[in-house]
Amino acid sequence: MIEVSEVSKRFGPVSAVDQVSMMVARGEIVGLLGPNGAGKTTTMRMMTGFLQADAGRLRIDEIDVASEPLRARSRIGYLPENAPLYHDMEVTDFLRYVARLRKLPRGEHLPRLRDMVERCSLGEVVGRPIGQLSKGYRQRVGLAAAMLHRPPVLILDEPTSGLDPNQIQEIRQLIREIGRECTVVLSTHILQEVEAVCQRAVIINRGKVVGEGTIGELMARGRGRVRYHLHLQATEPAVREHARALHGAQLIDCRSTNGEWHEVVFEATNGMAGTDFFDWTVAHGWKLQELRREAASLEEVFRQLTA
Amino acid sequence: MQTIVAVAQREFLAYFRSPIAYIFVTTFLVLTYFLFFRGFFLMGEADLRPFFSLMPWIFLFYIPAVAMGKWAEERRQGTLELLLTLPVADRDVVLGKFFAGLGLIATAIMGTLPLAVTVSLLGNLDWGPVIGGYLGLLFLGGAYLSVGLVVSSGTQNQIIAFIVSVIAAFVLLIIGEPIVTVAVPKVLVTAIQYFGLTYHFESIRRGVIDSSDLLYYLSVIGFFLWVNCRIVRERR
Repeated sequence: MIEVSEVSKRFGPVSAVDQVSMMVARGEIVGLLGPNGAGKTTTMRMMTGFLQADAGRLRIDEIDVASEPLRARSRIGYLPENAPLYHDMEVTDFLRYVARLRKLPRGEHLPRLRDMVERCSLGEVVGRPIGQLSKGYRQRVGLAAAMLHRPPVLILDEPTSGLDPNQIQEIRQLIREIGRECTVVLSTHILQEVEAVCQRAVIINRGKVVGEGTIGELMARGRGRVRYHLHLQATEPAVREHARALHGAQLIDCRSTNGEWHEVVFEATNGMAGTDFFDWTVAHGWKLQELRREAASLEEVFRQLTA
Repeated sequence: MQTIVAVAQREFLAYFRSPIAYIFVTTFLVLTYFLFFRGFFLMGEADLRPFFSLMPWIFLFYIPAVAMGKWAEERRQGTLELLLTLPVADRDVVLGKFFAGLGLIATAIMGTLPLAVTVSLLGNLDWGPVIGGYLGLLFLGGAYLSVGLVVSSGTQNQIIAFIVSVIAAFVLLIIGEPIVTVAVPKVLVTAIQYFGLTYHFESIRRGVIDSSDLLYYLSVIGFFLWVNCRIVRERR
């Protein structure tokens, strides 16, 4: 659905995006992950035609963005970073304006508007000037404008940045719903976001793709190994002794927290799962208080991927 | 066409949703009425000529103010990204913005009609040159506006856009004036005069609507709108 092949963009001496390639299949929700200034926004701006690529090819729904910009843009719904909107306009006036510029048939304006107001829960703010709305509502107005023409492709630049936790949940839920009907690319620098919403992620750093795959794959590749933390009741020598029997996992740390209670850290290869550690503890008759897989921070995955 | 109308309509109404339009139009009218009537009663003639000679100079400051925010503000607010990723041609957006600005200029000019009516009540006013003058004002305003839009599309800062537009419009304005033409070789005088904005305004104001003058204004406007499209495209 979206084909980006060897696309580059320079701003003066700075190479913002360098030979980036990525493919997004129909119906996929893909996260574009990277630290600030990695080239996520530039890549998205080239997909939507706001910026022109210096080199490479972009195709949206089989349409070349460079040679048929208007047709390509008509297939896309785009929510730019921070949802820029005309603050002087009222919500419905703004949506109607977008509908006019998208050349939707007159008769469809009202039903589409109603549909968007309902789906994006805008009922309370209809008829209010956009400038008076909270950040969360603005983001939703932006989403409504992006989805108004029922595009097959949605491109969302940091759709949850600057929102409070409740708003973030609402927007994520909305994106998951949208994702059932169309192809979605969203950018973020929050790993949990990708985990919560996306099926796949593409990691960009300094304008280059440094990793691609499902979250599990990426974390495993970044680290090579996954860490497990166990809080259990056993003597240290016993833990050390029996840890050797665990193939595919290496004991990293064993620290007493309170008498016989120990905090034990394992580094496991991909084949290991949490259940293996649970079974291991139970087999030795130890009490287990906590067992968790370490949530690797994006920064960590990055360090590994860019090393 | 549909797009041009939609953009023009939104942008024109946007002037009136903020205090900008009211401030613009009021200042313009107060200044115009004051400067005109100050001299009018001294002259004691039912003539609008002083009014029309005043306008190129008032426009010099008034129209850059109309144009300055058109692109600069959209770029600063980020709404340009919204607009330019919709399936609309750059040309349509440029034209929409131009007609919105022209609409505000026309509104302000219409506010001076009571001035003309007052003069006609006090004496014997020849309406021919007056109608020509008003038409000329619209073309002159359009030319200034297209220059202002080009400048606005090159910056994010409204103040810079304003000042640079005033300078650019000033150059176009004085280029045909004697103070400039006296300094250039005789053979070039006619050519240089031809490029000046006021030279053509003078003849329209006299009530002589010559196709060459209209052509001049239309080509100035067309040229700058074309440049504007190019800048929008180049900055993508």
